[in-house]
Amino acid sequence: MSLTQDDVKRIARLARIETSDAEALATQAQLNSIFGLIATMQAVDTRGIAPMAHAQEVYQRLREDAVTETDRHAAFQAVAPAVENGLYLVPKVIE
Amino acid sequence: MKWETVIGLEVHTQLATKSKIFSGSSTAFGAAPNTQASAVDIALPGVLPVLNKGAVECAIKFGLAIGATLNRVNVFDRKNYFYPDLPKGYQISQLAKPIVEGGALRIQVGDSEKVVHLTRAHLEEDAGKSLHEDFHGMTGIDLNRAGTPLLEIVSEPEMRSSAEAVAYARALHTLVTWIGICDGNMQEGSFRVDANVSVRPAGQKEFGTRREIKNLNSFRFLQQAIDYEVRWQIETLEDGGRIEQATVLFDPDRGETRMMRSKEEAHDYRYFPDPDLLPVRLDEPWIEAVRAALPELPEAMRARFISDYSATPEQASIATSSLAFAKYFESAALHAADVDSELVGKIVNRMFSPEEKELAAGFIARDVARARIKLTCNWLTGELLAWLNKAETAIENCPIPSRSLAQLAIRIEDGTLSGKLAKQVFEGLWEGAGEVDAIIEARGLKQMSDSGELEKIVDEVLAANPKSVEEFRAGKDKAFNALVGQVMKASRGKANPAQVNDLLKTKLQ
Repeated sequence: MSLTQDDVKRIARLARIETSDAEALATQAQLNSIFGLIATMQAVDTRGIAPMAHAQEVYQRLREDAVTETDRHAAFQAVAPAVENGLYLVPKVIE
Repeated sequence: MKWETVIGLEVHTQLATKSKIFSGSSTAFGAAPNTQASAVDIALPGVLPVLNKGAVECAIKFGLAIGATLNRVNVFDRKNYFYPDLPKGYQISQLAKPIVEGGALRIQVGDSEKVVHLTRAHLEEDAGKSLHEDFHGMTGIDLNRAGTPLLEIVSEPEMRSSAEAVAYARALHTLVTWIGICDGNMQEGSFRVDANVSVRPAGQKEFGTRREIKNLNSFRFLQQAIDYEVRWQIETLEDGGRIEQATVLFDPDRGETRMMRSKEEAHDYRYFPDPDLLPVRLDEPWIEAVRAALPELPEAMRARFISDYSATPEQASIATSSLAFAKYFESAALHAADVDSELVGKIVNRMFSPEEKELAAGFIARDVARARIKLTCNWLTGELLAWLNKAETAIENCPIPSRSLAQLAIRIEDGTLSGKLAKQVFEGLWEGAGEVDAIIEARGLKQMSDSGELEKIVDEVLAANPKSVEEFRAGKDKAFNALVGQVMKASRGKANPAQVNDLLKTKLQ
């Protein structure tokens, strides 16, 4: 599989990354070389092997349901660009 | 053309855990903005999610309650999209390997029953809240809700009317609150419904194009939104138009659905397994321990109320509309069924020869108990429910203890109270005026059982109404009813109507 310029532009838009045409061309080449690596791996016969969600055969450790965090919003909001009445302010977004 | 409606529901239930799904922040509702949002919840760099065992256990409970498959190994994925109330830029959810798959829920629509199958239920985190007003053109973000555990429950597209969709949503609401995994508070957003709605010509096999109505937070809105949407889709098709797949919002003020985004703008979420979380394993001892701790489920209890207490299907549905209501019903029924041996002895002594007494006692106790339970059931699902609704209160806050309602049934069954008098006693109970017998005594509500006293009243009424007596003898039945009315009035409602009838008939012959 190889990506077209349109694919690259679309992925960039989904990831909210602004790309010039020159950057998109360079990125297309880089991404396609990664797809080359994947193609090599996909040549391996994996019939009869269950797909894995993780590289290791270990499982998630669970936390007891207890409140352990305290209110630290003052410290967090000290580095926020805009805050009012305890709320983070962002440019207006309405779908 | 005749059209068929097809509805599938996706319900987001907020799980009743103390802490969030991937952090130790509190999930309590109503805190000051961002005071319950930790470094994990606001997605500071370098933080890692740690899964809450309580949230997983809620999902196990649900899976067991609906007879679903619990995926012994299930996996969390990232669902990628940008929105300011989702600080990581992705939501942690489950796509390919959800924790719960399959299962079914029995619903009741009018007199008919139907089984609705579930597709899946998966764990995920909630987003924060965006406040678009009053910030001089900016949007305010509160991340207290970010990371609150949700179980998203997806049904098969098996519902065929808004009534069925509402019945399913109600049954699901009853179940999740019954097993204690969700507080069910719809105003606070603990139970949010999305409805996928399409129509197709009756008899057609393929589904029509669906539109998804988002975020319905009451059963009434669910019904209104679906009814509007179905009408709109049918009109559009009959006018020669086409339905485009879309997401719509319901505006309760205008009673309309309106487009939020079309399919072209639909998100490409680029799901992939979250590398920060390992697959989750459910081991058998854990599942069995959860199963053992589950309460008797509404469906089983409903069947039992019908068989044990002779409740009608409708009464049994009301009695199992919540766990609290079911407990109240069962407690009242058991109090009513507690027939003391002294009473049985009295009846037996009156009616049976010595050798039959022992045999008869069992039957009589059972008969009396059955009659009382029936009365309890009628009063619970009739008068009590009506008063609770009128007062807009839940059974948990009912001012009448279950024992008192049973006592009221006992006093109706033994003839102390007529239905009319019982209503007055009920009012007294609701006002907190004391026990049933005390209210009867204090307000003089005892039905007249002394036949001598009644006979005196009947004689007086007959003497005072020679015209009615004459008319009755001339064949006018209406006159008889007038006489009964006069006697009831003279007894101030305390005479037993059946007894009055009998006595009048004898006297007038």
